[in-house]
Amino acid sequence: MAVYRRTYTSYAGALTPAWSRSLVLFRYARRNLFRSKLQTALFVLCFFYPLLCLMGIYLAHNLSFLERFGAANQIIKIDSKFFFIFISVQGALAFVLTAFVGPGLISPDIANGALPLYFCRPFSRAEYVLGKASVLAILLSQITWIPGLVLFVVQSSLAGPSWTWDHLWIAGSLIISSLIWIAILSLLAMALSAWVKWRVVAGALLLAVMFFGAGFAQAVNAVMRTQAGHFFNITYLMTTVWTSLFQLDSDRSITSGEAWVALLVYCGICLALLVRKVRAYEVVR
Amino acid sequence: MSTAIQNGAAESTNEQTAAAPRTPVIELQNLSVRFGSREILKNLACSLGGRAIGLLGPNGAGKSTLINTLLGFYKPSSGSARVLGYDIRSETRSIRSLVGYMPENDAFISRMSAVSFVQMMAELSGLPPAAALERAHEALFCVGLAEARYREIGTYSLGMKQLAKLAQAIVHGPKLLILDEPTNGLDPSARQRMIRMIRDIRDSRQLQIVLCSHLLRDVEDTCEEVLILKQGRIAHYSNLEEERNANKRFLELETYGANGDFTEAIEKLGCECAVTANRLKMILADGIEIRDIYRLAAERDVRIRRLNFRRDTLEDIFLKAMES
Repeated sequence: MAVYRRTYTSYAGALTPAWSRSLVLFRYARRNLFRSKLQTALFVLCFFYPLLCLMGIYLAHNLSFLERFGAANQIIKIDSKFFFIFISVQGALAFVLTAFVGPGLISPDIANGALPLYFCRPFSRAEYVLGKASVLAILLSQITWIPGLVLFVVQSSLAGPSWTWDHLWIAGSLIISSLIWIAILSLLAMALSAWVKWRVVAGALLLAVMFFGAGFAQAVNAVMRTQAGHFFNITYLMTTVWTSLFQLDSDRSITSGEAWVALLVYCGICLALLVRKVRAYEVVR
Repeated sequence: MSTAIQNGAAESTNEQTAAAPRTPVIELQNLSVRFGSREILKNLACSLGGRAIGLLGPNGAGKSTLINTLLGFYKPSSGSARVLGYDIRSETRSIRSLVGYMPENDAFISRMSAVSFVQMMAELSGLPPAAALERAHEALFCVGLAEARYREIGTYSLGMKQLAKLAQAIVHGPKLLILDEPTNGLDPSARQRMIRMIRDIRDSRQLQIVLCSHLLRDVEDTCEEVLILKQGRIAHYSNLEEERNANKRFLELETYGANGDFTEAIEKLGCECAVTANRLKMILADGIEIRDIYRLAAERDVRIRRLNFRRDTLEDIFLKAMES
């Protein structure tokens, strides 16, 4: 390594393609992420429930084992409800993981004035947001739709082709329901972290938006004698969408279409907040 | 020479200088920047092509706004500008790939060692990871942070953070280095080191430098050209290098009993004069000797108390620009 050269020298070597620059952020952020033992432990914990489900699928197809305990094979029924519960549990874990990881993505850069260093290079604001979002997107994918699809493939291989063809739509539902949840969580975490700047406060705010949002929604419903308060409850909106995607009977107060629109509006608001805050310098008018 | 100020308020000395074609680093074409109702930069027009360009002005003159506009952080409200031949409105990405920028304020990524930080910045500029790591080590050696390069930047002193910012600005081998107040908050010895480093980089002749500062000594020590801004306008342009190289004989007189008649008589000899209080600054014309000045003084009963050979310092130029 030419560290003996102590004077300035220019660089004339090859350059990487422009599209690959977002991945630089992903690589460095991910390296930092797993330096924390707590976050690593949490990430590992997120695989316990998929392992339980895997065992459940195995047991459901192993009649002799279940009959030894006097149980019928109907105790563990592998259908859309099974995958709905799977995605609900993993979705909750994804939220907890986001609360730890998300606020640390943008807020340190803003607090330490690092944004001009990114944007004075051939690297746009959109690429920055994409690079940061990819950290959460890939992390959350690893605990939601990817293990979900593994379970689906295992179930398919055990249940045979007719079950697979009849239930192929569940694979699509797994992917879509995970992606919309990942998009909401990523955008919300990044927008709050960009807006608040302090990592801890941003994390607390993310929890507040979810839990106080639910409480606020109940209060609005009770005081105004309406069901419109549910639009403030992101988890309720998400569950409504999931229920419809997994074709489960429900008595939800709002339709899945309304829930989709509300979630897209939340995504739009988060994007607007990011556009406003992720700048090299803020303009004081 | 290619440098030409077209601003009405500007006092240009470039016309006196010889013509030497140079590729302009920065060309401002009636550039204006407005934030809401406030006009920060007003119709700036000039072309700068020196190896080291100083951007001077009091606080709030618009120096940083000009730099941020050239980097594409702010959109011009009217007019345009070109950096290294690229338009700031439509070719921002090309400009940014050729520029290294050291911002004024604290700017670092927490929980990252200096090597990782500089390597990441190099990778964002397009260097492959292996080359970026090698260049990061080189850049940190170059700025004098070799021993501390594995420490987290958050634990650095202010001077070390400034050096780390300089390292990230040069790591990708830019063609133009923009330094915004590089000696901010540095103690005298650290300031000296920083200035020496900037001079070394300038003298490597591999890139051009724009140095933005309100510290006149920093600019005087490092720059060849100076653009002075005042309230968003160009107040003065001066090519320090050409003035230093010009074989002019500067003279400063401290007199007693001098009046307009004495100054007029000197000007009639073909000398350029400027009067401040009881001091008289002049550039002796060809063929005029000091004894001619003494003769004029004796004829008018003016006593010369002190006579120095002294050219205008940057401070003189700056103060004149501020008074204009």
